[in-house]
Amino acid sequence: MLKQFADFITFSLLALAPGSHLGEALNFFIYDTIKIFLLLTTIIFVVAIIRSSFPPERTKRILSHNREYVGNVMAALLGIVTPFCSCSAVPLFIGFVESGVPLGVTFSFLISSPMVNEVALIMLWGMFGWKIALIYVGTGLLVAIVSGIVIGRLKMEKYVQDYVWEMQVGQQEIEQLTFRDKLVYARDYTRDLLKKIWPYVVIGVGIGAFIHGYVPQDFLARWAGRDNPFAVPVAVALGVPLYSNAAGVIPIVSALTQKGMAIGTVLAFMMAVTALSLPEAIILSNVLKRRLLLTFFGIVATAIVFVGYLFNIIL
Amino acid sequence: MKLEVLGTGCAKCKTLLENVKKAVEISGKEAEIVKVEDIPSIMKYGVMSTPALVKDGTVLFSGKLATPEEIAGLL
Repeated sequence: MLKQFADFITFSLLALAPGSHLGEALNFFIYDTIKIFLLLTTIIFVVAIIRSSFPPERTKRILSHNREYVGNVMAALLGIVTPFCSCSAVPLFIGFVESGVPLGVTFSFLISSPMVNEVALIMLWGMFGWKIALIYVGTGLLVAIVSGIVIGRLKMEKYVQDYVWEMQVGQQEIEQLTFRDKLVYARDYTRDLLKKIWPYVVIGVGIGAFIHGYVPQDFLARWAGRDNPFAVPVAVALGVPLYSNAAGVIPIVSALTQKGMAIGTVLAFMMAVTALSLPEAIILSNVLKRRLLLTFFGIVATAIVFVGYLFNIIL
Repeated sequence: MKLEVLGTGCAKCKTLLENVKKAVEISGKEAEIVKVEDIPSIMKYGVMSTPALVKDGTVLFSGKLATPEEIAGLL
């Protein structure tokens, strides 16, 4: 359906020749933007309904009863459904550790929550298919669980800023929402999120379309192919400053894959974009001493690089 | 009454402050509006997602941006 529509606009209405640079780029752009926005609207709405049942207060309560291993797994899973914004990372962190959630479990949550989010999932599904999207979710959870366990084992509680442990934290009632409230919440959430990310999606798909139409085949195979051992770490390093633009970055890397970038490198890059961000590091430095902050980044980056190599070998 | 807008300075928190000011005008009530930015004060209310609105020491909502009309209805 969508394909026919894109073909109709580009090749019939605008009479561009199939196979021409401009024709292919425009066709790709129309098809992908419509597809992505349809997916985004439906899935964000559904996820928002689920999310409305998991306010951070409830997640905190569930996690404070869980210890190592089970706690890390629960934390990574709850990270998917609990709404999270990096601007709330500090109150969230303090709320967790103050109510007795172990440090390692808190980190499993902090890693999974931004990394395994619905926008990244939808974009990967739309641009790469459901298999890659599922692999991303699975390995993302694994990175969060393992990194959290390692951080927990390192016993770094003393590298949390001292004031955090002395803080008086109040209890907040968990709001009871009716189904109608949840629908309203989901509607507003979907609208706000779409409003925020749509320019990135359009620009991302636009650049992707340009690459698709104009960059020669196998252009990147030499540098970003699976034979280059430096591609994965370089991709991870490049991902750190590109925070919050998962919506814009995925269409670009999708086009780069078609030009020879290896899929493990793509996954590692995506994870670095979402999980390791400079602004979040600055925000977290309010509650973490430098040593713990660097350990956190180091462990997660290592895990992501490992994932990249693994999938470059097996896929 | 005393209204406190809790938030560490994100864009949404600033918008909420504006909406609260408008809400007070709509409702026609007398209110003192304070912006609370320091973490210990925010944590005292147990709020884990900002922005949040507190009325006379009670959290009305957290983690969302309400419209002036919605807020006026809560005052």
